Amino acid sequence: MISEQAKQRMRDLAVRYPVTRSAVMPALYIAQQEEGYITQEALQAVAETIGLTVDDVESVATFYTMYYQQPPGRKVIKICTSISCYLRGCDALVSHLEQRLGTKRGETSADGNYTLMTAECLASCGTAPVLQVNDEFVEEITLEMADALIEEWNRELGVVSQMNSPDSASSDGQAGSTKDFEPKTEIKL
Amino acid sequence: MPELIVTKDIDAPGMDTLDGYRQYGGYEALARALKEYQPDELVELVKLSGLRGRGGAGFPTGMKWSFLAKNDKTRYLCCNADESEPGTFKDRMIMEKNPHLLLEGVIITSYACRVSTAFIYVRGELALAGRQVERSIEEAYAAGYIGENILGSDFSLDVILHRGAGAYICGEESALMESLEGRRGYPRLKPPFPAVIGLYGGPTVINNCETLATLPAIVKNGAEWYASFGTEKSTGTRIFCLSGHVKKPGNYELPLGTPIRTLIYDEQYGGGILDDKQLKAIIPGGSSTFILGADKVDTPLDFESIAAAGSMLGSGGVVVMHEDTCIVDAVLRMTEFYRDESCGKCTPCREGTYWLTEILQRIEHGDGKESDIDLLMDICDNISGKSFCPLGDAATSSITSSIKLFREEYEYHIREGRCMVGAGAALVASH
Repeated sequence: MISEQAKQRMRDLAVRYPVTRSAVMPALYIAQQEEGYITQEALQAVAETIGLTVDDVESVATFYTMYYQQPPGRKVIKICTSISCYLRGCDALVSHLEQRLGTKRGETSADGNYTLMTAECLASCGTAPVLQVNDEFVEEITLEMADALIEEWNRELGVVSQMNSPDSASSDGQAGSTKDFEPKTEIKL
Repeated sequence: MPELIVTKDIDAPGMDTLDGYRQYGGYEALARALKEYQPDELVELVKLSGLRGRGGAGFPTGMKWSFLAKNDKTRYLCCNADESEPGTFKDRMIMEKNPHLLLEGVIITSYACRVSTAFIYVRGELALAGRQVERSIEEAYAAGYIGENILGSDFSLDVILHRGAGAYICGEESALMESLEGRRGYPRLKPPFPAVIGLYGGPTVINNCETLATLPAIVKNGAEWYASFGTEKSTGTRIFCLSGHVKKPGNYELPLGTPIRTLIYDEQYGGGILDDKQLKAIIPGGSSTFILGADKVDTPLDFESIAAAGSMLGSGGVVVMHEDTCIVDAVLRMTEFYRDESCGKCTPCREGTYWLTEILQRIEHGDGKESDIDLLMDICDNISGKSFCPLGDAATSSITSSIKLFREEYEYHIREGRCMVGAGAALVASH
């Protein structure tokens, strides 16, 4: 449900720009904040307030990876895998998080808590490897730090870690074998 | 240690707030620009300073401004803060730590170019940077640095923050304008150049974040002072983003013309190669630039010298690789980036980057064919220069230069089915 308040924010944005259409990207962000991802209703609200067709708005929304086409997890984790992070061991970090969260890259955990994604260069190459959780940076991350982060996230989400408790996971830098994964929704980006 | 220009006092407490920024002389350059200079005089000043764009192409900034079409259409300024070139992390630092410096540069440039609406296009992934710039804009409006009749002058300016949403291509200037206009970020065919027909059809100046953040110092200290740093043709300083296999990666502002060796090995900067290993290769200006071999380590970091060595200074992202790096795998990683970020508009880039990745993958995984190296070169030739924008060309840089420098590694991979060096060398390819 897109609130009237959100629609008003979109209308306010539209007059701020020299041409109304320019407000489509910020309006999509507002809609996503309300809905969690780009729903049909989100597209409609943006189309109405900006004065475009729904198809037109959708063509913009599907071009940019930060507009989610599926509901993301409560924690969206993006791990940079570009060249500088690659040289600093990001692949081991990705494998480690896949194993600890029981979620493969590009997927959302069955309980809807975590979406694990790999990302293109996040402009943090001097502090590689790096990840973002809900858009906030965690830099120079080690596997031990990753474990501590997972504990923290689980606490925040009220999750008791079960099969992927810290004891069962390796913390010596070796990515363990891939366990059986629960069925997952794939995030289309 | 030379006097720093853009990163001066950047770590001072409170620098990211208006009060803190003013304590260190913030907005004095703007006051002087409005009081002492006519707009055209500022354009001349910047021309004299020799400042060249810090985004990638290194085009002279003052000259770019002077190309703005002289007609009655509304002019616009776009600050390109869509930093996403792999290996580059300077604009994010400027925006997070000293957003008012950028904003002051935006206001001065708008005055010089007779612009009344400026946009700062901040990459969507850089949430904190976006928030910092947004707050600085609010503070500047409240303090009268933006808005109507700035500091009592007859100059008025509106500044709008626009957040990207995850598309590397929007760092390309024409795609950035498309995105700002509320469309998919597809590049436009040039000419016409943005200076003639740009945003909303008006003459538009597009400058990189670091370029704009350099302007307050030039106004404050003069063109000659700025040109006294660096070399004759590459004046001033630059923030070099040092990453990869060095002991102390980070942003280091140095005069242009500083040798790569100083940046990598000097204790004040990179401090040497990680684990004291041998240097193998250097990417001097972000992943879109040609790879240089270790023999080029004494090349001065200026536009002309790096070009003479066979690459480009690009975005200032210096990526260092040591002896254990499998070049094929590293190049594959960079190529995947361009495959994923190609906007899909032009066939050579869209299809070519896909095939380059496929072929590199099979070489890396031990399924390469003898003809694959020639095939890679052929595809690169068919991409390069055959698309609207330089993304496709950029995708070929690491491939053609690495084949030239490290051909035997590709051949070894194809012949032996595994890496010649590094961790992958010991493993029998199991893919």
